[in-house]
Amino acid sequence: MTDFFKSRLFLVSILVIAIAATLPLYVSGYVLGLLTVAYYFGVFAMAWDLLFGFAGEVNFGPTFLIGVGAYTAGILNNQYGWSVYLCIFLGAMAAVIAGFVLALPALRVRGPYFGLTTLVAVLMLQNFVVVFAELTGGEIGLTIPDVITISANINYWIALGFMAISGAILYGLSQSPVGLVLQASGQDPVQAGALGFNIVKHKLFAFIVSAFFSGLSGALLVFYFGTASVGTVVDVAVGVNVIVAAVLGGRRTVLGAALGAIFLIVAGEFLRPTGELATFIVSFVALLVVLFFPGGFLGAALSREARS
Amino acid sequence: MLALQILIDGFAVSALYALGATGFTLIFGVSGVLNLSHGAIMVLAAVAAWAAASMLHTDTYTGALIGVAFALIAAFATYFAVVQPIQKSKRIPNEEKEIFVLTGTLLWGIMIQELIAYFFTNNAKTVLPIVEGVVDIFGVRTPRNEIFTAIVCWLVIGLLWFLVNRTRTGKAVLAASMNPRGVTLLGLELNNIYLVVWAIYGVLAGIAGVLLGMFLGVSSYSVGPLTASAFSIVVLGGLGSVSGSLIAAFVVGYLETVTAYLISPAYRTIPALLLLVFVMYIRPQGLLGRR
Repeated sequence: MTDFFKSRLFLVSILVIAIAATLPLYVSGYVLGLLTVAYYFGVFAMAWDLLFGFAGEVNFGPTFLIGVGAYTAGILNNQYGWSVYLCIFLGAMAAVIAGFVLALPALRVRGPYFGLTTLVAVLMLQNFVVVFAELTGGEIGLTIPDVITISANINYWIALGFMAISGAILYGLSQSPVGLVLQASGQDPVQAGALGFNIVKHKLFAFIVSAFFSGLSGALLVFYFGTASVGTVVDVAVGVNVIVAAVLGGRRTVLGAALGAIFLIVAGEFLRPTGELATFIVSFVALLVVLFFPGGFLGAALSREARS
Repeated sequence: MLALQILIDGFAVSALYALGATGFTLIFGVSGVLNLSHGAIMVLAAVAAWAAASMLHTDTYTGALIGVAFALIAAFATYFAVVQPIQKSKRIPNEEKEIFVLTGTLLWGIMIQELIAYFFTNNAKTVLPIVEGVVDIFGVRTPRNEIFTAIVCWLVIGLLWFLVNRTRTGKAVLAASMNPRGVTLLGLELNNIYLVVWAIYGVLAGIAGVLLGMFLGVSSYSVGPLTASAFSIVVLGGLGSVSGSLIAAFVVGYLETVTAYLISPAYRTIPALLLLVFVMYIRPQGLLGRR
């Protein structure tokens, strides 16, 4: 562990976070708003990477966990006016329960079947939101009366701090013995099981950790937006973006996923002048990365470092 | 009366689902590829047929043929630009190829979808039907087009059955889905078989897309739901099992139609999703799937 604190990765991360923390001093509120969303998105992608990159499970439904966290927090605040922090906590807990419920049937199956089960969960949640429109605001979206703060700077710092802490925990977990068992069970479940590790228990744990951070981030995001809607936290397209972010940044790196998410959101903004072609260009770039640099940004950088 | 209506409408919808899912499951059975750009290719076929008829003023038959041709080209493009490079890549570990194919075809599908939206807007498009008019079936007014859709779907599925079970090429395809290594040992080129399968897939997806465009209309928003419905039908039936997908297509098609008529169109997809979760739980390999 002491090696880690001396490692280049650690120093670079600290430096990047320190520089990022000073951004509010010299960039506009518009840029801060963009980065705030990008940081929450980064947590979505890191949580997804823990499950896919390490446990080897293709979760097509990251937005199921995100959406449950976001909507639970939003509805509690909207209906009962409970305090923001309690709502955020309960949102994260609801996501954990949802993750548990989803994981039980989903972990019985593998590969594409697992992917489909998680995809179906998203479609069900989407239907639920539309059908119970009085409670959830339906397709228009749920209005949330409270916000954490209206200061763009503080919102930015909260998001940055949240991403840094989540990143540290998720990265630490991925490098811990638990992470190694997960990785082993993702690559060869039979052999990992034969070595005496309880694969299902480890995967369930990964699922719950992933759910906790997804739900927490989703809940924080809706209190930043002041609204929760299918298009921002539940839609399959959002989930696709999370997956693309993680693959772009480099799967099995956790931290790369956050980079990928920030890149994706910032690139989307730069491409705004191209109008409807923006999504096309982002998908095209992502496809090129998948085809030619399957390790992603961080994966490519790390392998170069390892070689030299 | 209502029962007959459900019976007729459900039959047409199910036949269309069956046709769409057959090609999808065939590719999985033979090459282990789940093509998530499926919905995009179907919509591309329908939009091409629509554009040919409304912009180039071709007649409806030519338009439909152009649509199918576009789907065929798109299927080959998917194979050569996305699937084959991933399968041959040395930098992607073998056990992760499946997820890379999923991600790659998903991105490819989004690209097609965005290009359609860019050139032809997001508006829904209805392809002019080949046959027009309405017939009365025991008091239920049914568009001739609906009957035409069901007949064409079954004809094509029948042709496919004939091709796979009665021709030499088809038998090679069937053998490849059972044991790819055995086929190569017999001296058949596996790559050629893949080409044949993707060609069949392109034609099936194209016909299904054009028929869908005539029957219900399509827009670039239909891409995701179409892929998801093909995916769930195929998993429900058992991945790689063509007869399983046919049964599953009818189960899903009728379930959706019954829900839409008896409860509310808003709940249309919910019972099918619940059934899917239930089947995955008690029988993860699907109705007719092999472990």
